[in-house]
Amino acid sequence: MEAKKIHLPDNTKDTDRSPSGWLIIWREIVRDKLAYASLVFLTLIILFVYGVSLFLDQKEIVTVDLFSIHQPPSKEFWLGTDYGGRDVFGQLIIGTRNSLSIGILVTLMTGIIGITVGLVSGYYGGKIDNIVMRIVDFFMILPFLMIVIVFVSVSPKYTILSFSLIMTAFLWMGKARLIRSKALQETELDYVQASKTLGSSNLKIMLTQVLPNLSSIIIVSMTLNLAANIGLESGLSFLGFGFPESTPSLGTLVSYARNPQTLEFRWWIWLPASLLILVLMLSINNVGQALKRATDARQRRG
Amino acid sequence: MAVYIVKRFFMMIATILIIATLTFFLMHSIPGSPFDEERTSNPTIQANLEKFYKLDQPVTVQYVHYLKSIATFDFGPSIKKPNESVNSLLARGFPISFELGMITILVAVVSGIILGTFAALRHNGIIDYMAMAFAVVGISVPNFVLATLLIQQVAVTWQWLPPATWSSPLHMILPTLALATGPMAIIARLTRASMLEVLTQDYMKMARAKGLTPFRIVVRHALRNALMPVVTIMGTMLAGILTGTFVIEKIFAIPGMGKYFVESINNRDYPVIMGSTVFYSAFLVFMLFLVDSVYGFLDPRIKLHRKDGDV
Repeated sequence: MEAKKIHLPDNTKDTDRSPSGWLIIWREIVRDKLAYASLVFLTLIILFVYGVSLFLDQKEIVTVDLFSIHQPPSKEFWLGTDYGGRDVFGQLIIGTRNSLSIGILVTLMTGIIGITVGLVSGYYGGKIDNIVMRIVDFFMILPFLMIVIVFVSVSPKYTILSFSLIMTAFLWMGKARLIRSKALQETELDYVQASKTLGSSNLKIMLTQVLPNLSSIIIVSMTLNLAANIGLESGLSFLGFGFPESTPSLGTLVSYARNPQTLEFRWWIWLPASLLILVLMLSINNVGQALKRATDARQRRG
Repeated sequence: MAVYIVKRFFMMIATILIIATLTFFLMHSIPGSPFDEERTSNPTIQANLEKFYKLDQPVTVQYVHYLKSIATFDFGPSIKKPNESVNSLLARGFPISFELGMITILVAVVSGIILGTFAALRHNGIIDYMAMAFAVVGISVPNFVLATLLIQQVAVTWQWLPPATWSSPLHMILPTLALATGPMAIIARLTRASMLEVLTQDYMKMARAKGLTPFRIVVRHALRNALMPVVTIMGTMLAGILTGTFVIEKIFAIPGMGKYFVESINNRDYPVIMGSTVFYSAFLVFMLFLVDSVYGFLDPRIKLHRKDGDV
């Protein structure tokens, strides 16, 4: 990057053009071969899973067929069948789609709530901050898994959206805390004071001035959260407190391994799902790490 | 400091109260009664049962009774298991979960710190890269996937270790490994990062200039300061490990709290659900309270901060 026109404040637009945020992020990812490969892999998986699941008939896949129980992989069933004679490959695709969708939904929703709460709390500070942080503290203390299990078993019927909502209700606090601490620092800076003196409304300062400066942190933490959320969802389904078997999930497929026979002799049912969870989370985390480095000039490689 | 602890103590009580109330009303919002399945019982028995469990009284009366029972640590009898009370289930299951959790924390903290320290000392060396590669995998793999893979490889294919239960130290290795890997990876990364920062400080040069042995420099001067961030996340990590025991107990068929909790949910055994939720939350809240108090003692700067109400 070259220094140009430092003494001309009018040309801020021009000086901005020394590597922009997105360019830095992109360079960092390309430089880190592992993160680059992970990103490509993730994109392919997402395209493949959402694409193929358009052509799959979920009803047909989850219909029990007693004549084809526990079949090993064949031309007809690429990854064999489970104890109900259901096609594992189809379940894997739809399960990955469901797990990904829930992960993405929860990440977005916790993001929105966390950013709003954190921004308001950090920007106003003082009493508001104190009250909000007490509420956050309370939510943080709750034993997440237990409460969600209780909620899930209480609700008679749930969809992907309502399931995500239950998870969101107990997962937004971490994000709120993070944003709040950063917003608190940011609000101390002179440009916020200057903007206030100029008569900008609080809402405008928060949304158009403070928020953009927090965007890199938000992106990083949301990426890392995505991995964690996919893990949580599959963990819940694994325990049997996610979706019923008629709605496949990666966790449900892994949970079939609790049958010792399946674990030992029928790898095709649980191993692909296990490896897919592992590789998915690994890829997301790799990308997240590269993003994290991009936001910290001292650690950048690109 | 004293003010802070007292404040936290009252917050702790309030939190437990709110959790208790929440679970109570959640349980009572479920349609149907726990005796619905036993169709054979005649109305008199049904009425007697309901009377025994105070289900025939108005919700408010039940609530007050419930709060009283929590205050006296008596969570009442189990509905589905005859001759068992919630307390006896807790007394049987909790020590096992506690043991699993504590061993896990010990393993995770000790090995995580060692791994992170060596990685930092050999910054950008082969040990560093290997440790961090291991850490990324450790953070990425969910414990139930790791547990399944471990059972399949170590216990079934190689037959080195028993695949389930909690009866001897040998049985404890796999569950602990499955549960500890994630926290260990997090601690290793955290230790490495803060160690790298500490190692560049002037007092490290000073220590070397004084001619102290490398071991003494690392342990007494560097680690002591580098470990503060690790202590900070201990609270949340503890919560994560405790909920993790649920999953691990289910996979390895360990007769801990998690097993009884999952069973009680499936059986709609309200007293057990409420009792174990409240007990677990209370335990968690108490542990967090302990960690925070210890933290205040360890780092004198924290006390000043906290007094301002700035947590």
